[in-house]
Amino acid sequence: MTAAPAPRSARRAPVRPGRSRLPTGGGPQVACGAEKAAGPKRGPAAIQAAIQSAIQADFGRLVLVCAALLATLLAGVWPATTRAQATPGGVLPIPTLTARVMDQTGTLTEAQRAALESKLAEFEQTDGTQIVVLLVPTTRPEDIAAYAQRVADSWKLGRRDVGDGLLIVVARNDRTVRIEVAKALEGAVPDLAARRVIDRAMVPAFQAGDIAGGLNAALDELFRLVRAEKLAPATRSNQSSHRGDNGLDWQSLALFLFVALPVLGSVLTAVFGRKLGSLASGVAMGGLGWLFTSSLLLAMLAGLIGLLLVGALGVGSRRGGWHSGPVIGPWGGGWGGGWGGGGGWGGGGGFRSGGGGDFGGGGASGRW
Amino acid sequence: MTAAILSPGPDRARRLLQRLASRAAGLCALLLATALSGCGYNEFQRQDEAVNAAWSEVLNQYQRRADLIPNIVNTVKGEANFEQETLTRVIEARAKATSIQATPALINDPQAFQRFQQAQGELSSALSRLLVVSENYPNLKANQGFQDLRVQLEGTENRITVARNRYIQAVQQYNVLARSFPTNLTAKVFGYAPKANFTVQNEATISTPPTVDFNKK
Repeated sequence: MTAAPAPRSARRAPVRPGRSRLPTGGGPQVACGAEKAAGPKRGPAAIQAAIQSAIQADFGRLVLVCAALLATLLAGVWPATTRAQATPGGVLPIPTLTARVMDQTGTLTEAQRAALESKLAEFEQTDGTQIVVLLVPTTRPEDIAAYAQRVADSWKLGRRDVGDGLLIVVARNDRTVRIEVAKALEGAVPDLAARRVIDRAMVPAFQAGDIAGGLNAALDELFRLVRAEKLAPATRSNQSSHRGDNGLDWQSLALFLFVALPVLGSVLTAVFGRKLGSLASGVAMGGLGWLFTSSLLLAMLAGLIGLLLVGALGVGSRRGGWHSGPVIGPWGGGWGGGWGGGGGWGGGGGFRSGGGGDFGGGGASGRW
Repeated sequence: MTAAILSPGPDRARRLLQRLASRAAGLCALLLATALSGCGYNEFQRQDEAVNAAWSEVLNQYQRRADLIPNIVNTVKGEANFEQETLTRVIEARAKATSIQATPALINDPQAFQRFQQAQGELSSALSRLLVVSENYPNLKANQGFQDLRVQLEGTENRITVARNRYIQAVQQYNVLARSFPTNLTAKVFGYAPKANFTVQNEATISTPPTVDFNKK
């Protein structure tokens, strides 16, 4: 070890004479020799190590910078509405919508709950209108109207294209009840009608302690009112009938297509090669398209476009250029688009809000 | 790159040119897109309209309340020896509130906005006073027409609250856009000033919705 680099140490020695002079204490020769012997081993290796660590540090820093950039980008892109949803002032959090009848008080027996649930499910099947019953212990510190409005506004019950949703909130310990009506249903269930349902169907039963019976009677009344209005008929694909007219932003889609896709495409083709890369970008496009527009059809379209642009035209692909012929055509097209869009089926099972209801404070409250 | 430049075969040079051209095209698209969306001009248009729409909804609901009041006043007038002072306060407050020209331009004028708010706030308190007082009159409590009007008034007050909340949120988003960099430059250039929100002196009376909970027994 020490023998091999010796000549190099001899060559190197005059390059930095100042260093050998530094230890002025006892035994200068030994010390110099020792340093000279150690010097060459440290020199290139240290430089190498330094470079390596610098690269590593730079890489780490690069990753950090990238992450920071991505974070700022996301923070900038993320719609302000989702950020502003934190509820101020210590009010109750909005429960997650999991079922048509949500009992947080343990008032209803399981059989009663299931009966109401299936009643509501059947009504939604036949008439399309979404009705949800929520039982909470209390709505303090808000009054029930404010709480119900907040919940309904967040759940957006009702078909996406009709917006016919209705929310019944019962605050058991407050002994208050509210029927919150979406704007689309304000004609069918005006405030007065909602008030009469509360006064005639709910309050007497609630006063007798029969919550389930009161709800059942109230639902019958509400069904009658809603049916009299003749809204749009229920369709089979009620919950997934996203037309894309709401969440679609053509501008950002186009931006995405023309800016992000070439970048994505070039990265993916560089990593996976042409075929896999274009397939991957097709999938990614489809997935992102689905994420942004929540429309399966558009996601598939986006996936297909992504795949064709990257695969056939070679957008962003280093090897491709605009003039190369289609390397993989229909095979990848079907796959990339289909698979990219395939994520849309993940939301199945359980109850989901139609997402169309706009609750403007209509409805009525009562107390028993 | 350098190798391609140093040995300029005609084929290679052409390919290089093409690649450069496609890159330049991509860059141009990027620049154009960022220039369009980055300065936030379109965003201003969108949010300005959102604020206008939210404000129209507020006006709409205030109008609905103003329309309800004559009915309520007439019903209450039917009640013999109803507290005249309460009644006249409602009538006057309504007259004052409706006398203010509620144009969409109101939201760009903080002072007019404040006057409008104050008038509506006075009407709110006069109305809630009327409803509280009406509790003392058994005939009114038994009057189905009056009870129905109260329900409608309650619904209207709720709608006003919702509309006002939405206006506040719309203005908040707009003002954030108008004040934060770099969109504030766009705001300066095109003259988009921050809009007035419901921050008035009598904040307490306005931020708490008038108690129209008629069912206290």
